Amino acid sequence: MKYRYDVAVIGAGVIGCAIARDLSRYELSVALFEKESDVCGGASKANSGVVHSGIYSAPGSMKAELCVKGNEMFPSWARELGVEFRRIGKHVVARNKGELKELENLKKVGEDNGVPGLRMVDKKELKILEPNIYGEASLSVPTAGIVSPYHIVIALAENAYANGVNIFLKAAVSDIKQRKTGFKITTPKVSFSAKYIVNCAGLFCGDIARMVGIEKFKVYFSKGEYLILDKAYGHLLNHLVYPVPKIVSGGLGIHLTPTLEGNILLGPSARYMNDREDTSTTQEKWDELLSDARIFLPDLKEEWVIHSYAGVRCKLVSSRAKKPGDFVIEEDKGVPGFINLMGIESPGLSASPAITEKVVGIIKESQALKLKKNFTNVASNQRFSRIDTKGKDRLISEKSKHGHLICRCEHVTEQEIMDILDNPLNVRTLSGIKYRSRAMMGRCQGGFCKARIVRIMEDSFGIDLDDITQRGEKLPLFAGRTKDLRKHG
Amino acid sequence: MDKRTVDVAVIGGGPAGLAAAAAAKREGAGEVLIIERDERLGGILNQCIHEGFGLEIFKEALTGPEYAQRYINEVRSLGISIMLNSMVIELNSDRELIVSNEDGIHKILTKAVVLAMGCRERTRGAIGIPGSRPAGIFKAGEAQHFINIMDRMVGRKVVILGSGDIGLIMARRLVLEGAEVPAVVEIMPYCGGLLRNRVQCLEDFDIPLLLNHTVVDIKGGERVESVTVARVDENQNPIKRTKKTIECDTLLLSVGLIPENELSRMAGIALDEKTGGAVVDEHLMTSCDGIFACGNVLVVHDIVDFVTKDAEKAGKNAAMYSKKKLIDEPDIPVIPGLGIRFVVPQFISTEEVEIYMRVMEPGSYKKIVFRDGKRIVKTKKLKYVSPPEMIRLRLRKQEIGNAKKLSVAVE
Repeated sequence: MKYRYDVAVIGAGVIGCAIARDLSRYELSVALFEKESDVCGGASKANSGVVHSGIYSAPGSMKAELCVKGNEMFPSWARELGVEFRRIGKHVVARNKGELKELENLKKVGEDNGVPGLRMVDKKELKILEPNIYGEASLSVPTAGIVSPYHIVIALAENAYANGVNIFLKAAVSDIKQRKTGFKITTPKVSFSAKYIVNCAGLFCGDIARMVGIEKFKVYFSKGEYLILDKAYGHLLNHLVYPVPKIVSGGLGIHLTPTLEGNILLGPSARYMNDREDTSTTQEKWDELLSDARIFLPDLKEEWVIHSYAGVRCKLVSSRAKKPGDFVIEEDKGVPGFINLMGIESPGLSASPAITEKVVGIIKESQALKLKKNFTNVASNQRFSRIDTKGKDRLISEKSKHGHLICRCEHVTEQEIMDILDNPLNVRTLSGIKYRSRAMMGRCQGGFCKARIVRIMEDSFGIDLDDITQRGEKLPLFAGRTKDLRKHG
Repeated sequence: MDKRTVDVAVIGGGPAGLAAAAAAKREGAGEVLIIERDERLGGILNQCIHEGFGLEIFKEALTGPEYAQRYINEVRSLGISIMLNSMVIELNSDRELIVSNEDGIHKILTKAVVLAMGCRERTRGAIGIPGSRPAGIFKAGEAQHFINIMDRMVGRKVVILGSGDIGLIMARRLVLEGAEVPAVVEIMPYCGGLLRNRVQCLEDFDIPLLLNHTVVDIKGGERVESVTVARVDENQNPIKRTKKTIECDTLLLSVGLIPENELSRMAGIALDEKTGGAVVDEHLMTSCDGIFACGNVLVVHDIVDFVTKDAEKAGKNAAMYSKKKLIDEPDIPVIPGLGIRFVVPQFISTEEVEIYMRVMEPGSYKKIVFRDGKRIVKTKKLKYVSPPEMIRLRLRKQEIGNAKKLSVAVE
């Protein structure tokens, strides 16, 4: 048996990274295992980026409790990590008088959950607050906010790393054996032992649980597709705009979400499916998203769309269930030391600070935790494009490559790309750069900057042509140099 | 932050910017400055290593870099100031620019500005091709940059969606480099590029062109494994039973160009929804006084020679404006009518002017008719019209007369 960890966290989504990072405050040895080539590969990446208030979940449920608490914790959490969180507030909009009663119900549920500041808004006021949105009335939810979900996860992972967490990428856990005290964990390259396991495997939580003999949960998958609108139309929306939820278990309905960067997201759709890794988008849902969004935003034009994507939710109830499932967060009674997180779907991102606190609390019950003296918060750098002109000038005088803009749409500088290529997790894929910098994410989708980024990878970091990949695939992005095909066929 | 003042600032050092700057200087403007975000002048021409540029102006077939070099030489010999690796990050209606480069942030005050930022390629997202998102999907111009500038092959078996000129040129280029191009797929019933490119790039290389077809799905995990194409009906909706799979490792998109008007928007310049570029008058001046637009940021052209001519006009007028010599005349609107997609300029004066437009669909033995109310102002018979080929017509002073509002239609 090789190295022994106190805690092994499986899955580097928002929950796994947050738990690993929080555990790194204590004198513990912590490992984080991720099957993909980067953190934030699954549902944590492909969602709305909304920090919910907690108005949707049934009073008394874990979802309600942790969402409300998570929302409360979010501002200080984001500040510590140096990522932006903006409480822009939300309007749940009734499209006709018939929905007004449901809106009142929603307000009642929210109040029972302890959501502060809920208020009904009439048609006239809604028109002032959201001049481009069509609706009869709305429920104003001031605590709802937006974050960049991948920036949160990357900041959590990098902070965890800085505080001594060992992060293993491309390390899918293939087997877990229970020992007298703790577990033996097998990954393709090496095996480790750990006293505790925290199962944060998201869509794969069922597989990990089964490895220790927990069979009682059936996990379902529901795909959600999104469209992203050009920033040029971001000004049309001031708040999150949601419909009155229809099917309680399916999703929250197709909503309009402003992003921190000024785009608007439309989505997500909801469809149960068997293949959890199928994040393809479909014509049918594309059309559905547009037509549903037009109910609120009648002027919406198809040409405003710059990109589409899909994510998959992890659910503990089937598509026929009358009630939504709740989170499962527990130390399994039959498997001491195995802390099992199942069905962490929306509002998982919102609840993540509170889920983290709960999980650390579970470990504290059986293990005395001593705070480290040297825990540090490494706040991530503010994006160049968001700094004022004077600040930009100062940064350029410190590092001249900040003056060289590589990405024309998102205004990302060469220095930012170089800093990102130096990231502590050593992720050097185009996708890794994209999620860390936002380059290749704008309206031209890499048309201008991808070539320039490839050049920085080759020239400044000596990355071989054949090692340049989108997401760490076996197949490189390029088929060699020109003339190679003629030479070798 | 340093501050400087110039007479004419030209944003973009591609074919439009080069010609505009040279024309402005020749017209006697004081300091003329080109601001280019790339490390060299020439813009997209640098990656267009095929020949065929300059037939209109120089009566010879030049490559893109050769064509650009003629104007770069002129710009250099005229003593025009040049900022390379520099990007304009702000522009306002007072013609103040904020520029970022490795020396810092610069504020540039100007007497006149020429917008020559060119265009960008439409993306997969913009046209909404469903499916998975594997590696191996490139825009055609992006692929052209990788191949011609960076010496990197983008794939071995490449399907091209869109038969615009870049798509056609890239089909030939890929085959010459040893890749296989199983099909160029075009949703319209006609080829989107110039006739000469269809012949020289596809037919001469036996590359199939699938008209009335589009890509309806992309399959692949890590890398593109196949695309599904289908025939479309007259409303461009895919017909399900005609679906077929083409194996490939790469998909190139040549699905249109969009004028890059982010700075224009920032300055509050009025844009024409049809062209995607600024609304301009006969001087190519936008709705902001002293800001001119030319080349592909104004409207996507098919031939660079016309970009040059456009730009020379804008540059010359910018110089006149900087010297307070440009006379603003009353505006006569020109409206696209039946069968016409757009008209540029959107406003003219009573002076002779060149007007260009694109038709909505191909046809033969057509008439382009200008009307002022019921009065026919001008009629031009054309043997053949086609959306990819821009139509350019001159309106004479006597034809315009005292027109109040002109419309133009194809009949």
